[in-house]
Amino acid sequence: MAVPSSAAFDPKLYLQAQTRWHPIEIAFWLATLLPFLLFPNHLVLASQIAITALFALSLDLILGYAGIVSLGHAAFFGLGAYTAGILSKYGWGEPVVGLVIAPAVAGLAGYASSFIIARFRHLTLIMITMGLGFLLHEAANSAEWLTGGSDGLQGVRIGPLLGLFRFDLYGYTAYAYSLLVLFLVFLATRRLINSPFGLSLRGIRENLTRMPAIGAPSHSHIRKIYTMSAVIAGIAGAMLAHTTSTVSLGVLDFQRSAEVLIILVLGGTGRLYGGLVGAIIFMVARDQFSGIAPQYWYFWIGVLLVTVVMLLPNGVLGGLAQLAARWRGGSS
Amino acid sequence: MALGPIFGVLFDGLAYGMLLFLLSVGLSVTLGMMNFVNLAHCAFAMLGGYVTVTLTKVYGWPFLATLPLAFLAAATASVAFERTLYRRLYRASELDQVLLTIGLAFMSVATAAYLFGTIQQPVETPSYLRGSVNVMGLTFGLYRLFLVAVGLTIALLLLLTLEYTRFGATVRAAVDNQRMARGLGINVDGAFAVTFALGSGLAGLGGALAIEIVGLDPAFAFTYLVYVLIVVSVGGLGSIGGSLAAAVVIGISDMAGKYYFPALGAFLIYLVMVAVLMWRPTGLFGRR
Repeated sequence: MAVPSSAAFDPKLYLQAQTRWHPIEIAFWLATLLPFLLFPNHLVLASQIAITALFALSLDLILGYAGIVSLGHAAFFGLGAYTAGILSKYGWGEPVVGLVIAPAVAGLAGYASSFIIARFRHLTLIMITMGLGFLLHEAANSAEWLTGGSDGLQGVRIGPLLGLFRFDLYGYTAYAYSLLVLFLVFLATRRLINSPFGLSLRGIRENLTRMPAIGAPSHSHIRKIYTMSAVIAGIAGAMLAHTTSTVSLGVLDFQRSAEVLIILVLGGTGRLYGGLVGAIIFMVARDQFSGIAPQYWYFWIGVLLVTVVMLLPNGVLGGLAQLAARWRGGSS
Repeated sequence: MALGPIFGVLFDGLAYGMLLFLLSVGLSVTLGMMNFVNLAHCAFAMLGGYVTVTLTKVYGWPFLATLPLAFLAAATASVAFERTLYRRLYRASELDQVLLTIGLAFMSVATAAYLFGTIQQPVETPSYLRGSVNVMGLTFGLYRLFLVAVGLTIALLLLLTLEYTRFGATVRAAVDNQRMARGLGINVDGAFAVTFALGSGLAGLGGALAIEIVGLDPAFAFTYLVYVLIVVSVGGLGSIGGSLAAAVVIGISDMAGKYYFPALGAFLIYLVMVAVLMWRPTGLFGRR
């Protein structure tokens, strides 16, 4: 990526240049309001896209910025969803309460496991994240008194948002709610990524052993970002429970961990918008394909994955950036 | 007699462990050689299973005669994928490898569902493998005895090949230090292709033998992938003896867990895997 030469010498100027809002970004966020006008019948889908995008964003923090490959990220998503669901079962159906407590639970679990995560890399890390994910899935499966086991959680009752807005059948509240949360969290992560902390994370991604040599404590950075990522995944999970009023074992299973990874890689890692774009493409494609033949949807995911790995190593956004760079280079 | 159930669990666990060994030994060796994370390994096993089902059901072949074909089909398919897709990613990040192979596994699951439906496939085992024998008051299932015999024979063959043949020496050199092996003029890529085919073939054989014990449906590629990865990571990469030991331990503890603590499900196995990896990241018998 080309860095303006004047900014290359002053880190503060560089970070400032990074935080400036690009017109395309503003256009993107304005476009997220379009479904209210253009597709009022698809607002439920739009809210699910926003939630998936938030989940992918949380994975991008650890995978795209800190280089931690996780095949068990659904653990935190599921913890958030189950916490929100169980809270509502015992009378705490106000979404805002769930939105505070569920991420806290997910964050605690993330913090506890971050001590393990920070110690390993490569294959062992993949296996451990996957193992922890399966462990939690099995735990939720056997703890039927709490989670309802494979039948899913019974008696989830979500109250109206702030006591005012009921989650309606058409998804107006659901989409407004999930879009607002997504935008707020996005603002926070954007701020985080363009801070000195965000820069040192990128350093860890590029070279784990060299970062401590220039005074950046890799392990504690990894622990922090992993915990934050778990919190955001927990928020996404809680929103899923709130907008759909159902929580089943599916929120924890391996397919979900794999799917969010696919979504992020499809959009492009390490760009914040990658997860958002990936979620839009993936969820719309799934909505269309599963209308035709739901059981063969996974075939097309497979084709998609192979194509992305072979032809678009930096995802859709990476491919677009490359095209834009070539076009600019050609015209000047 | 209280010894009966304990012995039964041990014996069933041993047979199950042999199955896991056949399914996982190929992945262990290829991972050790190339560090290539092949999550589609069990898709090749599933292919072997479906070859056996088709040949016995549609063409009426005897069960035993289909086993070599299950091996061959999985080996051939794996070589085709290795030459076209896998080899381009040997130097790529493990994330790319994981994504590519998960993609292939997803495709295999959907293809199997399209061709055979999502139901469990039964297989007709020959009459001489059904039933059981009594030895000193203990009951042995014939099919499980057969499994143990096949597993041990193959483990022995593999160990002898690895120790005493030129090809085995090449593989050992490539596992120990790939760069050095290349520097000495060893054709690591060629040796890897053969090992990969052999390993996938064994997985195919394992898949065919597994139908009688655990059934076969399109989810096989993912259900048993977990077990295979556990065996590989507990046993250590690139070690045949390690895979055998780990497979037997996992097989027996899974059986024991399901028999004595059915409520816990597979919880114990995952716990064992995470604990072993945290204690020894390279596995119990891993050298690196």
